[in-house]
Amino acid sequence: MEMKSLYLLIALAPLLGSALAGLFGWAIGRRAAHVATIAGVMVSAIGSAYTLNYLLNGGEPFNGNIYTWLTVNGIEYSVGFLVDNLTAMMMVVVTSVSLMVHIYTIGYMSEDPGYQRFFSYISLFTFSMLMLVMSNNFVQLFFGWEAVGLVSYLLIGFWFKKPTAIFANLKAFLVNRVGDFGFALGIGMVLYHFGGSLNYTDVFAAAPALKDATIELIPGSTWSLMTVTCILLFIGAMGKSAQFPLHVWLPDSMEGPTPISALIHAATMVTAGIFMVSRMSPLFELSDTALSVVLVAGSITALFMGFLGIVQNDIKRVVAYSTLSQLGYMTVALGVSAYNVAVFHLMTHAFFKALLFLAAGSVIIGMHHDQDMRNMGGLRKYMPITWITSLIGSLALIGTPFFAGFYSKDSIIEAVHASNLAGSGFAYFAVVAGVFITAFYSFRLYFLVFHGEERWMKVQHDDHHHDAHDDHDHHHGLGPNDKPHESPWVVTLPLVLLAIPSVFVGYIAIEPMLYGDFFKGIIYIDHEAHPAMATMAEHFHGAAAMTAHALQTLPFWLALAGVVTAWFFYMKAPQIPAAIKRMSGPIYTLLENKYYLDDIYFALFAKGSRLLGMGFWKVGDQALIDGLLVNGSAKLVGLFSRVTRKLQSGFIYSYATAMIIGVLGLMTLWLSGVIAR
Amino acid sequence: MLTLTHYLVLGAILFAISVLGILLNRKNVIVLLMAIELMLLAVNYNFIAFSKYLSDTGGQIFVFFILTVAAAESAIGLAIMVGLFRNLRTISVEDLGSLKG
Amino acid sequence: MSWADLNLMPALPEIFLLTALSVILVLDLFLSDAKRGITYGLTLLTLLGCAVLTLTTWVPYPETTFSGMFVDDPVSDLAKIGLYIAVAVTLVYTRQYADNHGIFKGEYYTLTLFSLLGMMVMVSSSHFLTLYIGLELLSLALYALIALKRDSTPALEAAMKYFVLGALASGMLLYGMSMLYGATGSLFLVEVANDIASGQANSMLVVFGIVFVVAGLAFKLGAVPFHMWVPDVYHGSPTAITLMIGAAPKIAAMVFVWRILAQGLGAAVADWQMMLVVLAVLSMALGNITAIAQTNLKRMFAYSTVSHMGFLLVGILAGTEAGYTAALFYILVYVLMSLAGFGILLLLSRAGFDCETLDDLKGLNQKNSWYALLMLFAMFSMAGIPPLAGFYAKFAVLKAAVDVGLVWLAVVGVVFSLVGAFYYLRVVKCMYFDEPNDEPVPAARPDMKLVLSLNAVALLVLGVVPDSLLTLCVDAMKQSLSVVAGA
Repeated sequence: MEMKSLYLLIALAPLLGSALAGLFGWAIGRRAAHVATIAGVMVSAIGSAYTLNYLLNGGEPFNGNIYTWLTVNGIEYSVGFLVDNLTAMMMVVVTSVSLMVHIYTIGYMSEDPGYQRFFSYISLFTFSMLMLVMSNNFVQLFFGWEAVGLVSYLLIGFWFKKPTAIFANLKAFLVNRVGDFGFALGIGMVLYHFGGSLNYTDVFAAAPALKDATIELIPGSTWSLMTVTCILLFIGAMGKSAQFPLHVWLPDSMEGPTPISALIHAATMVTAGIFMVSRMSPLFELSDTALSVVLVAGSITALFMGFLGIVQNDIKRVVAYSTLSQLGYMTVALGVSAYNVAVFHLMTHAFFKALLFLAAGSVIIGMHHDQDMRNMGGLRKYMPITWITSLIGSLALIGTPFFAGFYSKDSIIEAVHASNLAGSGFAYFAVVAGVFITAFYSFRLYFLVFHGEERWMKVQHDDHHHDAHDDHDHHHGLGPNDKPHESPWVVTLPLVLLAIPSVFVGYIAIEPMLYGDFFKGIIYIDHEAHPAMATMAEHFHGAAAMTAHALQTLPFWLALAGVVTAWFFYMKAPQIPAAIKRMSGPIYTLLENKYYLDDIYFALFAKGSRLLGMGFWKVGDQALIDGLLVNGSAKLVGLFSRVTRKLQSGFIYSYATAMIIGVLGLMTLWLSGVIAR
Repeated sequence: MLTLTHYLVLGAILFAISVLGILLNRKNVIVLLMAIELMLLAVNYNFIAFSKYLSDTGGQIFVFFILTVAAAESAIGLAIMVGLFRNLRTISVEDLGSLKG
Repeated sequence: MSWADLNLMPALPEIFLLTALSVILVLDLFLSDAKRGITYGLTLLTLLGCAVLTLTTWVPYPETTFSGMFVDDPVSDLAKIGLYIAVAVTLVYTRQYADNHGIFKGEYYTLTLFSLLGMMVMVSSSHFLTLYIGLELLSLALYALIALKRDSTPALEAAMKYFVLGALASGMLLYGMSMLYGATGSLFLVEVANDIASGQANSMLVVFGIVFVVAGLAFKLGAVPFHMWVPDVYHGSPTAITLMIGAAPKIAAMVFVWRILAQGLGAAVADWQMMLVVLAVLSMALGNITAIAQTNLKRMFAYSTVSHMGFLLVGILAGTEAGYTAALFYILVYVLMSLAGFGILLLLSRAGFDCETLDDLKGLNQKNSWYALLMLFAMFSMAGIPPLAGFYAKFAVLKAAVDVGLVWLAVVGVVFSLVGAFYYLRVVKCMYFDEPNDEPVPAARPDMKLVLSLNAVALLVLGVVPDSLLTLCVDAMKQSLSVVAGA
């Protein structure tokens, strides 16, 4: 088959499935709906794998237009594909995770009345995401960008009778508007200043000549064109990839069903920003300022979002904060010009985070939709497959040597270490400290859920005490005589299938992706100005050597310490976290408990981080961002609105007065023009 | 000697009076109709003055059409007013304020 | 000029319409109420006849008649086709509503045809007198249409307000025209244009005239601060009449504005551009912001209209061919969106109940998901969300403004369209996420359902392939403007 037709088929197959399930779902029934959508995604997945294989074996990348939407003043707006190694890798990640999620959904949503609608949405999402990654121009990128956003809103609000879901839905929408606004302005800058074309190839070709160009946005002050454009584009990425301070929507998006948390809010859509910046590397490389902004935003997200994960009790929220933190890592990598490392981490993260989310979903099924970790414990015996796969996912997440996450995360840390960009000192601290935090909250979750006391035995269904957030209609929980049980095979099969790449993909892919020529000609790095990648390449002697070397590095020991701390806090001495919670001066308590010195330090840190986390959450999240930025602007417009409607008094004479004032105003305008002349 | 400017100023004054009539009158809808009528007359004044000044008959022909339209307009205005009075039992401008916001 | 030279072919559709409507007017007197359907059918047939005549006499260059006072150019032909479609669709949508609300009378149809005649004259005028006559023919018919429901106090109040303010605006327009006449010595748009371009006209009088003309035009469009009639008239009129006012006349008003500003005063673009900028910014701001506080959908649509007129002005004020083309495209798309939005309200109304508040749409998706989807298309399109037609329309006008260096205006436009997205999406949220009320969805006539579906789907189709309509607009504008420039 001609490659062009294959690419078209890959993109359109999920759309077809979505249309079938969405428009005719009522007629064809549940079974046919999931068969149709899964078939569509499977076609895409196989096609994507074939494409990747084709390119790896020397196939020609494809870059061309499929259909011209319209032409205005010589500018073309087209649907076109750019399929190179980067795109092919994204396609494989998107379609394979999507396929797993489709299968998983059969089990997870089996009792939901909106079954066909759900399948239709997730297939539509797959289509939109493919359009986004396969695009060869900014317009289609924006289309895909908005389309994945739309589906994401639809899915967050999937249970539209749940007030918290509607709230989360709205919040995601509003926050993303801010990002999209910047993104649209960025695209506008590209259109206006880069020679009038929106095609990637043309824009990238025009970029180097504009390195020192300046623009005057406000008369009197000049800014670097490249910096403004890149920062605007990055604002779009901040919205979609949930970077501080536009991250607030992501934790709330967990109100949606778990399969979409895995697909959209962990593995694929939220990484669109990372993908976009990598794709735009020829632009970002030209502005150190923009890269510094990227770096700092990423570091803040990586560190401080991790803290928040520690204080959560809802199983999905822990994973959500972990996602935020990992997205921060990827952004940090972008900031230090290690684009290929960011994309590498994106890929490994997609697999193990989807795995973790789906495992969390499996636990939720087992617990009859109780999501509070304080009611779980000891599930290891009852849900063995979920247990093992979760353990693999967690080990990958914290960067255990040989697991996928190790290679990507350690490379990020190395890259930051080697960077000399402004802000890289702070970033290095953030990513290193983040390792401990990640290990701590991941294993806190793991121990609380799978080990220890079987707390669900004791909890009476009536007197659950849980967070306000998960207090909703769907809350069921186990009955007094119920026991958790392993989920059906449609749920566990995707877990097992995702666990495989979570272990191996890093070891296999690190060499070609980071140091080989997988991204040659696709990702552009100015090695003179940003030597991080070059320095790393000098020190790299193969994946095996890297694994062996890991035992002597700080991140490994930090991760281990995190695990140990979590084990100690939640298995050995569960009273400690409770005590930390109660007491305000806990240093002595900890000393008396005969910790090792390191552990004391980290215990202090954990407590501080909890305070800090709470502080950020209360002040940063709730008061400043939710209160001032989001609700504040809505309130301000509402206030204006109430004032302006008072102008419409209902009386003819006041209307006539307005018209006369209008005429006088126009006349004044004219007179002032006359005087000016 | 009367110049074009004099006519134009008179036209402007008539126009201003009619506008004020619409702005200031809070009682009777009929006064509004009269003010509108006066406004069209002010415009007619302008057209005739220019027509004479330019020695072009177009302006004067325009005036005939304006007069005709004004008649039709008054008829409709009065008809609406009658309808209003039958419903509201008042033709005060101040009472026409139920639609607002 | 002798009678033998009089070529009436360019005015054939108008002549046919006048004849047909006279026939309908007389015929209707002999029909009993039960047979009113015949009037309805004849009206639609008349529109079809007009469309056939317009299409058969379509030539790709301007033709004049009546001593050059009347012009038949591709823009007027395109606008007329738009008018026929808009009026016909309005009549189809309001057939059942009129029956249920006591306005299913012969006058409804004859007044509609009179207003259509007025609009057709407006779009085909090349002389101040014909412009004025067309405008008044439209306005007088609309005043009467609003007051058609004689026992409704809000309708009469709306009619009175529209009448008084409309007359005031006409007065201003005429006053401005008289100044332009005095400055240039002619009432023909072409001669006015030539006189201004050659610098012979008294520039003081010209700009004074422009101020008043712009004020009068702004009223017809409903641009701030000349917009005050819009919400009250939209709200007070029966929904059928609201649609009659809100759809077709907007096309006529846009072409009317284009004739005067572009064809007549094109050379003075520097003088009116800044005025239009102010009006456009105020309209986009006030329209979108005030719409947020509305719970009555007719009022909300009214404010939304105000904001859309702001966007329309952005296209016109560019003063370039691309700008006018964008404005023409915008208005045609806008009318399609209005028809779809109001169509749903009309569809959900029945005897004794008007669907007009936000609450009335609650949970529509659960009651009838197809209607909800159609409304969603209309709302998304109005909000300018791709890939619906409204997105491209907004994009085109903003692009035209950017091309003449008004980047900040385009940014303002984008900001307010984001503000505007809020209230359109609130409607969508209401339909999809709120609990339904127990108001049943009334049964609708199949022809209305079909036309409404086509209408809303057209918004999607036009969004995906805007070239189809855009090419028409581009060609029409190019063919109409090029000859004027040469004349």
